[in-house]
Amino acid sequence: MSRSLVVLAAAAVMTTVTPGPLLAQEAGHIKVARGVVQVERAGQKTPAAVGAVVQAGDVVSTGADGSVGITFLDNSLLSAGPNSVLAIDRFAFDSTTHQGSFESSLRKGTLAVVSGKLAKQSPEAMKVKTPAAVLGVRGTEFLVRTGDPKD
Amino acid sequence: MRRLAGLAALALLLLVGCAKPARNDLYVLMPGADGKTGALTVESGGKQAVLDQPYAAARVKESGQVEPGTVTEQEARQAFGAALAAQPGRPASFILYFLENRDELTPDSKQTLGSALDEIARRPAPEIVVIGHTDRVGPVPYNDTLSLRRAERVRDELVKVGIAADRIRVEGRGEREPLVPTPDEVAEPRNRRVEISVR
Repeated sequence: MSRSLVVLAAAAVMTTVTPGPLLAQEAGHIKVARGVVQVERAGQKTPAAVGAVVQAGDVVSTGADGSVGITFLDNSLLSAGPNSVLAIDRFAFDSTTHQGSFESSLRKGTLAVVSGKLAKQSPEAMKVKTPAAVLGVRGTEFLVRTGDPKD
Repeated sequence: MRRLAGLAALALLLLVGCAKPARNDLYVLMPGADGKTGALTVESGGKQAVLDQPYAAARVKESGQVEPGTVTEQEARQAFGAALAAQPGRPASFILYFLENRDELTPDSKQTLGSALDEIARRPAPEIVVIGHTDRVGPVPYNDTLSLRRAERVRDELVKVGIAADRIRVEGRGEREPLVPTPDEVAEPRNRRVEISVR
């Protein structure tokens, strides 16, 4: 391995080790948790309490008596009703420019959304998906219900 | 006979399929809390509906079938009651000004700081975001740094009065979000401010 390659590799390691990626993972905080609320991260499900951090990649779910409210770093507010499964697919927010992207999927259940600074800055930045539809958000408040009618 | 049974089963399947939609999806645009209503596009299997009126709704019973319509406020509250009840408190914003060329808040802003502290005490798991702003004098990168420095000064103030430092996030928005719009390079004291957002 040439020296310049070693230097390049070291530089690559350094860029990934800077605080950026760790902070970038933090997407929001749970502000409301009623009944059974769980966060699945890296295959592990743990009960979630008020104050818990939500990261990109997390899947938040509620039980039959559960509901959860999350405030994101760009001031987006997402809250889910009972028997809901919400995946935070992607979250990136530059607090100086307000650029970034926020993608989430409601796999089943109900969801109330108040969009935040990302959607205000650029209409393409925020997307909410369900198994049947993709929602484009133009700075707004809206409600989503999805799933099998039996549920 | 076997073929007949097969046909009957198929017919039954079709009937059931028609009687019961595969999905029960409902999408509703709500009026904004600030009185403005945004817009929502609902796209399913190449079909799209644009919702841009309060309580405009779209139903998707099968992928690719988007039925536009409306719901009443009451219907929305009924179908989404628990999700709406779990909505976190809206972020509250407090704006502080400094005495010119001094490291001290104006008397009004000292009062505002008190109101911000009350709001922090009221919230569950409160986060405090301190956002610095500048006017448009000077280059953008310079103002980014300056706005962050202003925010850090207010953060120090909050720590002094007992707010845990790890609950406070500082952001510098530079000259991008003037309170009073001006052309570039215009001095405007009302734009040299720090916002405390409590959420």
